[in-house]
Amino acid sequence: MKKNTIFTLSAIVLLVIFLFIANTTLDSYILRILNLCAIYTVLGLSMNLINGFTGLFSLGHAGFMAVGAYTTALMTMSVSTKQMNFFLAPLISPLDQIVWPFLPSLILAGILSAIAAFLIGAPVLRLKGDYLAIATLGFSEIIRVIFTNTQSLTNGALGLKGIPTTTNLWWSFGIAVFTIFIMVSLINSSYGRAFKAIREDEIAAESMGISLFRHKVLSFAIGAFFAGVGGGLLGNLIGAVDPLMFRFFLTYNILLIIVLGGMGSITGTIISAFVITIAQEVLRFLDEPMFPNIPALPGLRMVVFSILLMVVVLFFRNGLMGTREFSWDKLFGRFSKKPLAKGGTK
Amino acid sequence: MNLLRTDSITMQFGGLTAVKDFSLELNKGEIVALIGPNGAGKTTAFNMITGVYTPTKGKVIFSEKSTADGKETYKERDITGLRPDQITGLGIARTFQNIRLFKDLSVLDNVLIANHLRINSNVFEAIFKLPRYKREEKQMIEKTMSLLEKVGLAEHRDEKSSSLPYGQQRRLEIARALATDPKILLLDEPAAGMNPKETDDLTVFIKQIRDEFDLTVFMIEHHMQVVMGISKRIYVLDYGITIAQGSPYEIQNNQRVIEAYLGVDEDA
Repeated sequence: MKKNTIFTLSAIVLLVIFLFIANTTLDSYILRILNLCAIYTVLGLSMNLINGFTGLFSLGHAGFMAVGAYTTALMTMSVSTKQMNFFLAPLISPLDQIVWPFLPSLILAGILSAIAAFLIGAPVLRLKGDYLAIATLGFSEIIRVIFTNTQSLTNGALGLKGIPTTTNLWWSFGIAVFTIFIMVSLINSSYGRAFKAIREDEIAAESMGISLFRHKVLSFAIGAFFAGVGGGLLGNLIGAVDPLMFRFFLTYNILLIIVLGGMGSITGTIISAFVITIAQEVLRFLDEPMFPNIPALPGLRMVVFSILLMVVVLFFRNGLMGTREFSWDKLFGRFSKKPLAKGGTK
Repeated sequence: MNLLRTDSITMQFGGLTAVKDFSLELNKGEIVALIGPNGAGKTTAFNMITGVYTPTKGKVIFSEKSTADGKETYKERDITGLRPDQITGLGIARTFQNIRLFKDLSVLDNVLIANHLRINSNVFEAIFKLPRYKREEKQMIEKTMSLLEKVGLAEHRDEKSSSLPYGQQRRLEIARALATDPKILLLDEPAAGMNPKETDDLTVFIKQIRDEFDLTVFMIEHHMQVVMGISKRIYVLDYGITIAQGSPYEIQNNQRVIEAYLGVDEDA
């Protein structure tokens, strides 16, 4: 146990050194991609908790992110920027004077998302499978429509511009590492086992004394908390939010990450978040004209991901990692004489 | 003294009466069996007791133990219509006719999950591994390991539960039910699909856990050798109606039971 803690700490130290070097040497384009990788890790983990570990097929992630992004934006924008943004209708009273630092704003974003998740989860978590997916998708669209129409709170369709771009590598990777820590700890705790039991067999879980309602709402709210935080990071990275950002497409991106990485694997989600985010940039050449006489097909790179998703769902149902996880023992176990010495089957 | 009784519970699905006026009494420490031909409503009766179904008529009454002034007293409580998890919380655990293990999880995890309902730590204590949670987790693992040793599955603790042979899966399911600290254990066809050797082992095993965990056992079983061998009393259901109840000897010689369940003797 102790040895593994040392490995983990040294990995974090290496990450810090890497971030330090990256911050000073890499250009802003690559920094932006790295930031997005970390943010998508947070978002992927939060969705994997709900969909992969608890087995609730929820498609409401964009809604929770919208709540988080708008909360953080409104709390961190300066008074003068707020006045410039809200020229159609002034921002409602206490908000227009309040300016909070980034961290408390992010926490508030998470809490508000979790509250939204609780309010929506209490009635819809009785549903199962496709029905739950449709209900949560509907919720996400409702949030978007509400945000489009509350002119004096969210500035409606105009969105918010001039949000302080506080998110940097330290924030995004710091919160990603924190999220990984929380998720690993939660999943390996008694509550995490209860979530997995619900995923495996609801009837058996209930007859083992696990309150389905309580645990589903709990998982949903924790997932939404991190979705809100991720949304806040994203808003303050880009510097502008508007309701169109939080369409179903955003949920689909995160779903792609967790399906490719493996529903129910933290390691898979992290790897997949990085691969997908980087691939989305690397494959940009597909959107440009490739042959002299054929016009460019913008959006062609997204076709690649759609095909990838279909192939994975058809032939590799478990994704990259299935439900397996990375561990130091396994990494070094490869070099030891007896890889199954501890009786493991993996 | 009776620990659980049902007051003529009836379950109707639309126009079909699956179980009619089923009155059961379970006394402390007894092993009671419920038998009947296929489709007689045995599992429905189970499901009404465990909260899967709410009886359309009748009551399920459980005697809760409470220690007041150093004296143990039992108080009757109407538990009709409680959720399955609440019923398990009161101390009524069950197994399933078609085994319902958490297939992709390890043997150890399967039993650990059943400890979750007694946990006092909240989710924050669990995430940040605060002292109370650590203590509870340690107790859970110790209790689980001793249970696994008792059912002979300790060496398989890290295997996937679905990789175990059938007989061991049954045992694991019983171990999992025992981990919820039950006072009453409901077994739905524990010997189904077992070979004669496994069946004999099971009979011994059920008696053994009854004594060791101070249990009252109520089971559905088709295997007459098991039923007649260990049960003190037997209830017989046919088309949802209780056609007989009594000791194994009485049941074996009851004409209605023989006709309904064992078949009419044409030569007699």
